[in-house]
Amino acid sequence: MRPFGRTRPTEKLPMGRYVLKRTLLMIPVAVGATFLIFAVVFALPGDPITALAGGQHVIAPSVVDALRERYHLNDPLPLQYVKYVGGLLHGDLGEDFNGRAVSSIIAQAWPTTAKLALTAFVIEVAVGIPLGIWAGLRRGRMVDAGVLAGTTLVFAVPIFVIGYTFQILFGINLGWFPVAGVSDGWPVSYLLPALVLGLFGLATTARLTRTSLVETLSAGYVRTALAKGLPRRRIIVKHALRNSLIPVVTYLGIEFGGLLGGAVLIEGIFNIPGMGFEIFNAIKQQNGPAVVGISTLLVLIFLVVNLLVDLLYGLLDPRIRHV
Amino acid sequence: MSDPTSVVTGTPQVSDDRPARRRSVLRDLLRRPGFSIPAAVVALLAVIAAFPAPFAGLFGHGDPTACDLTHSGMPAASGHPFGFDIQGCDLYAQVIYGARPSMTIGIVVTAATLVLSITFGLLTGYYGGLLDTIFGRVIDVFYGFPFMVAAIVILTALGSHSIWAVSGTLIAFSWPTMTRVMRGSVIATKNLEYVRAARALGASNTRIMVRHIMPNAVSPVLVLASLMVGGVIAGEASLTYLGVGLRAPSISWGIQLNTAQSYFLSNPSLLVYPAVFLCVTVLSFVLVGDAVRDVIDPKTR
Repeated sequence: MRPFGRTRPTEKLPMGRYVLKRTLLMIPVAVGATFLIFAVVFALPGDPITALAGGQHVIAPSVVDALRERYHLNDPLPLQYVKYVGGLLHGDLGEDFNGRAVSSIIAQAWPTTAKLALTAFVIEVAVGIPLGIWAGLRRGRMVDAGVLAGTTLVFAVPIFVIGYTFQILFGINLGWFPVAGVSDGWPVSYLLPALVLGLFGLATTARLTRTSLVETLSAGYVRTALAKGLPRRRIIVKHALRNSLIPVVTYLGIEFGGLLGGAVLIEGIFNIPGMGFEIFNAIKQQNGPAVVGISTLLVLIFLVVNLLVDLLYGLLDPRIRHV
Repeated sequence: MSDPTSVVTGTPQVSDDRPARRRSVLRDLLRRPGFSIPAAVVALLAVIAAFPAPFAGLFGHGDPTACDLTHSGMPAASGHPFGFDIQGCDLYAQVIYGARPSMTIGIVVTAATLVLSITFGLLTGYYGGLLDTIFGRVIDVFYGFPFMVAAIVILTALGSHSIWAVSGTLIAFSWPTMTRVMRGSVIATKNLEYVRAARALGASNTRIMVRHIMPNAVSPVLVLASLMVGGVIAGEASLTYLGVGLRAPSISWGIQLNTAQSYFLSNPSLLVYPAVFLCVTVLSFVLVGDAVRDVIDPKTR
């Protein structure tokens, strides 16, 4: 190993090759991540067939053998994985130990989680960015201090405590929102959980926007625009805001992938039958195929969203494409 | 857990007056009420976590496991300022003893993550090449997991509910971020002139890494670490609350909150006291971290 490493060439990749490179880089990561899930889940304690039979019931050895054969449980782990990936590439996620197709579980749970995450995302953007801009323009005044204090509080209070408190306060005591479940449909049932889910991202977005805007406002070109006598409103909207939103857009992209996975806690607290809820139930029932199927899908979505953000960023800011 | 506004991008500077600078950092910190007050709270919590008995015994009933079911859920009484929990245990003593696992996990996870990422960051950043590529891909795999999902799967698979299982899981998902930051910082430092000079003088790789690069490259990671403790404590409480973290007979705020979930309508104090202690702890660590960042890396404010 050479102590100072290679000096890397810094020529700029054309967009097409950049896309190709990033996509190819994703493949080993996806394989590694799915195998890791597969290995961990099948190391779950307890025998799934016993759990399937309800624990105490004695089932005939021939039935056990047939079931083990059916779920490939007798094969060594790598072979199980290869068979699984083979199915996955055909769009077949297998069936869980209750005989339900994993794809149908996902098909049922997916829209719920997507609605929840999208609602949370909209709240983050629609409240977080204006709040950040407001604080950034009134730097050092009451609003700024208020936003700083509020966001610090959001960072400090664990999300499940917030969820819990809101559920009691707005759901039970004030009765503004349904306490739990999704029986009232979108948007009524989703608003409160989405707000809780998005609160952390909202606070981060607001802070990021504020910091970035303050930094941009002190940039030379903004001063030039001021000196030219352009109206303040125009400078802020046309010059400062555009540039200061780049880091915010990056964060929001990453955050969206996180929202899909981070819904586990919220779906648990508010009893929302989405992907997180299903995965949690599946773990409790030692339902390996369901856990693998849902977490694999979550990981793949997460990776694809991150890839899209990277590509978008490479498009917005060509400097990123230097490799 | 991760707060992207806190990502530290500072390039390390060469400082020839290091001892003096370190003293002034500490003085800077202590002068800020935004640091000294939460730091005092943190210190108090650390003392409570180390010696819970005298604090729990302040009102004369210091044993959290001396429970009497006839007192189940009873309100505050003389000698029992917070009342009783569902098992009839003194809630005040329970909440005081709850500080121990939270503080232990917060500190163990942060310390271990710091050691791992400084080591990995130094090696991968300094040597580069194949080692760096392998670590890069491994970190990518870890980045591919939504934290909560991964932690639930791992903790269920481990089947253990000890402090060490929870700490290990939290460490497994904390080192990648910090290692990346350390690596970047090492790369920015290793080509500085004084490092080249040390090489020219014949210093060994190890000596260059430990004596020359590390002191100058470590501050962004220290900032991240100070910001991380609060998040770790909140993460532990969340996992415990979900039922995959610590479990009874351990005493922890997460367990108390989990139990309170079923009784809060009739007995809100079961929820309020552990929640307040948890939030104050996390808030104090977050504020300490913010102050440390402001002093070490003023640019990010």
